Amino acid sequence: MLTKRIIPCLDVKEGRVVKGVQFVELRDAGDPVELAAFYDEEGADELVFLDISASHEGRETMVDVVEQVAAKLAIPFTVGGGINSIDDMKRLLRAGADKVSLNTAALLNPYLIQAGADYFGSQCIVVAIDAKYDESLGSWRVYTHGGRRETDWEVVKWAQESVKLGAGEILLTSMDSDGEKKGFNLALTKAVSSAVSVPVIASGGAGEASHFLSAFEEGAADAALAASIFHYKETSVKEVKSYLKEKGVQVR
Amino acid sequence: MIGIIDYGMGNLYSVSKALERMNVECVISNDRDVLFEAEGLILPGVGSFRDAMSILQETGLDSFIKEEVARGKKMLGICLGMQLLFEESEENGVTEGLSLLKGKVERFPGVTEVGASYKVPHMGWNKLEFQQASPLLEGVPEDFVYFVHSYYVKDFAEAELLASSTYDVQVPAVVGRGNVFGTQFHPEKSSNVGLGILKNFVNLVKEEER
Repeated sequence: MLTKRIIPCLDVKEGRVVKGVQFVELRDAGDPVELAAFYDEEGADELVFLDISASHEGRETMVDVVEQVAAKLAIPFTVGGGINSIDDMKRLLRAGADKVSLNTAALLNPYLIQAGADYFGSQCIVVAIDAKYDESLGSWRVYTHGGRRETDWEVVKWAQESVKLGAGEILLTSMDSDGEKKGFNLALTKAVSSAVSVPVIASGGAGEASHFLSAFEEGAADAALAASIFHYKETSVKEVKSYLKEKGVQVR
Repeated sequence: MIGIIDYGMGNLYSVSKALERMNVECVISNDRDVLFEAEGLILPGVGSFRDAMSILQETGLDSFIKEEVARGKKMLGICLGMQLLFEESEENGVTEGLSLLKGKVERFPGVTEVGASYKVPHMGWNKLEFQQASPLLEGVPEDFVYFVHSYYVKDFAEAELLASSTYDVQVPAVVGRGNVFGTQFHPEKSSNVGLGILKNFVNLVKEEER
């Protein structure tokens, strides 16, 4: 039996973790490598690094960060943000990332998913989808550019198309739930998870341990991702896991 | 010195970094002379079986690997690298493998016998079930390791199955015969359990040196 995965997400800008991380006991709160090691220690099953650097230099720094994280960590990690080409993927995977996550670039050029999957294998290619509910459509739409631009894609359709092109995993963020801490968007997660054959990571809205349970049980998610509740120590990976174990969910 | 065979398929850095953390010298290379000097070989790999085999053939690394294994050099295949040790794979059409171990590689059915569908790839942490004692598993707990794969080994020889996991079907997770070993999961990404297995492999190589 596969376990359900708990995935902390780190936003990295110009080589530093941002989003007000509060780890008083760490010497350097903004160091992605130290934070990664901390989450590893806590029992995180995987990590996601989101590069939100605006500059070319920032992107280059990310390659260094990946190398350092790979040197210290013995759990898998995904890197996303600003990946536009096979060369970008190659650099990050060569530096030690296990998977790359494509978002806007995949929507602008879906062939990138296929090219990446052909070159590195589907297991390396995560497609990240930012989803927002559309009243008139009665369904969810895909957004790009960090949630700033609406596309014509309906979320379930785009997820299916991504998998057809070779995506090995879907990282699904509910823009409606994100930051609200009221729980993952279960209807959205369920809709996508039951429509595709690959694992789905639920993201956006985690506020407490019970939200993870619902994501797995009602949302049928394979993994769940959170950032701020872990960063702000509102709960910990360890706490979430012992709660899940108590509720009979298989975790590592 | 451990030689990590670089044939352009995937992530070599995480394997070499794991070894470096254990203070084990290693070299990443596609040069047969360099790899020849190594006391043990690791064949990593992600990607497609067919592409991997054709690169190994083009570069002559396939015959090099077979010769080195025949000479008694310790060899560890990881993930796709493990699958390549077997006779054939059906990935993208049937392709012949290195045939160092008995078995063939097939895709997970994705549907159980009673018709329930499940996700492929087999991605995430799954529990090892030890099948027989092996120096590779010595002192290692029967615990969770990290898998990412859509194909698995079938029709293997029982004697070559060291540990398995269950994901609808029985998934050979650690295999081996003589000086040839393989792990379907990524030991370099499987926290302390995986590092224990890597360490055991390194120790086997070192014993050979003495």
